[in-house]
Amino acid sequence: MELLALFQQSLLSTLGDMIPIVTIIFGFQLLAIRRPVHNLKQVVIGFFYALLGLSLFLMGLEQAIFPLGEQMARQLSDPDFISGGISGVAEQLQWQDYKWVYLFAAAIGFSTTIAEPSLLAVATKAEDVSGGVVSAGGLRIAVAIGVSVGITLGAWRIVVGIPLYYFIVSGYIVVMVQTYFAPKFITALAYDSGGVTTSIVTVPLVAALGLGLASSVPGRNPLMDGFGLIAFASLFPIIAVLGYVQLSGWMAQRDANRDG
Amino acid sequence: MNESFRGFLHTLSGSLRDLTPIIIVVGFFQTMILQQPVEDLSEIAVGLFLVVLGLTFFIYGLEMGLFPIGEEMAEALAKKGSLPWLMAFSFLLGFGTTIAEPALILVAGEAAEVAAAGGMIGDGDAEKQAYADGLRYTIAFSVGLAILVGVVRILKGWPIQYLIIAGYLGVVVMTLFAPDEIIGLAYDTGGVTTGPVTVPLVTALGVGLASSIRGRNPMTDGFGLIAFASLTPMIFVMGYGMIV
Repeated sequence: MELLALFQQSLLSTLGDMIPIVTIIFGFQLLAIRRPVHNLKQVVIGFFYALLGLSLFLMGLEQAIFPLGEQMARQLSDPDFISGGISGVAEQLQWQDYKWVYLFAAAIGFSTTIAEPSLLAVATKAEDVSGGVVSAGGLRIAVAIGVSVGITLGAWRIVVGIPLYYFIVSGYIVVMVQTYFAPKFITALAYDSGGVTTSIVTVPLVAALGLGLASSVPGRNPLMDGFGLIAFASLFPIIAVLGYVQLSGWMAQRDANRDG
Repeated sequence: MNESFRGFLHTLSGSLRDLTPIIIVVGFFQTMILQQPVEDLSEIAVGLFLVVLGLTFFIYGLEMGLFPIGEEMAEALAKKGSLPWLMAFSFLLGFGTTIAEPALILVAGEAAEVAAAGGMIGDGDAEKQAYADGLRYTIAFSVGLAILVGVVRILKGWPIQYLIIAGYLGVVVMTLFAPDEIIGLAYDTGGVTTGPVTVPLVTALGVGLASSIRGRNPMTDGFGLIAFASLTPMIFVMGYGMIV
């Protein structure tokens, strides 16, 4: 059974990921807290479900999404495809010719972020903690738009060859200015949303796009220019979430002014 | 209908909805733009079914096990009032979850290739392995440190933006001095260190701590640990690139 072997492999790798965490948690329960875990049975079942779920999830991704997505990233960035089937004109391509790559980058950035389990976990918690002021759905869409814009810009950067740190440093400046004006309750969550977006679904597909582009665009070196898309995908959600809250704040205020 | 089964169906339909965008994007580009038939359609259908089922179980396990234990431990450690235990726990949680992260093992291997191609280290397998391992420990250490600093911030109630701005300055300064080959990679490592098991636990730790300490707000003070954990690796990886 090929499926069974795949499942076993996926289960083992997830288990390897979880063992250190489980060791630390139970070690501290025994040594530092010295109190029985409340609802131990439920927690153990919960860990088992999480383990089973992640294993199935990864296995399914590797079977259905990754091969197709990676192949598409390579095909779309292939100079022959971009020049419309005429080969040998790679040197004359302009950055505008990569339009399908940008569209793919935007679409894959958005859709993988919506499916990202880490983001789902943080968004659920945020809705819970804020008593519904921050909606899990709204937060995830804001983050997904941020990732989408970030990856598109990152793909364009690889095509035109501007150094990565120009973008990152400008992004930092934008984040700082936004932080100054945005309501304080959102700051920590917005910063967090940058780190959680790039996880098991997004990283492999986005990395494939970056490497594919850097190896096909003339003058780019995949080893040096292929990296950096993840950095875009972790920076722009911060801007998007801060912007989303600012925008909804302004709109609420404008409506209040009009009514008053 | 059984209550928990209804809950399961509800989560299942949520997972299905979350995956629809990917299916549309892949389907659209494959049929409209690339105009290629999809091979092994049945295999892909099975894979998608597994993804939906897996996400459902994961969310279930999250609410049942990961969130409760994370918050319970944060509360118990806060109540115990022992700062050394809490700090040791924070550091180990960050270090332990990162060192085993599969995405990081992958990226560290690629980084060794970059370093070898750039002439920073020799081309031998042993040298590459040593470089990759060193990088992995450096990143795990920096994540442990990040969680520790983040937990101290929650205890003291420091506003998060000052620490983040300091971190940004650290990244900018390191960028000026780090070798060019390492910069793109260093920026990327910030994003890959926080996986789907680490994130819920670390979030629960922060929120749990902020809710059990008087004067802290779980919303403004509880979040932010992940943000530190994605910032420190960038600084440390560039430092590693400068030293090695």
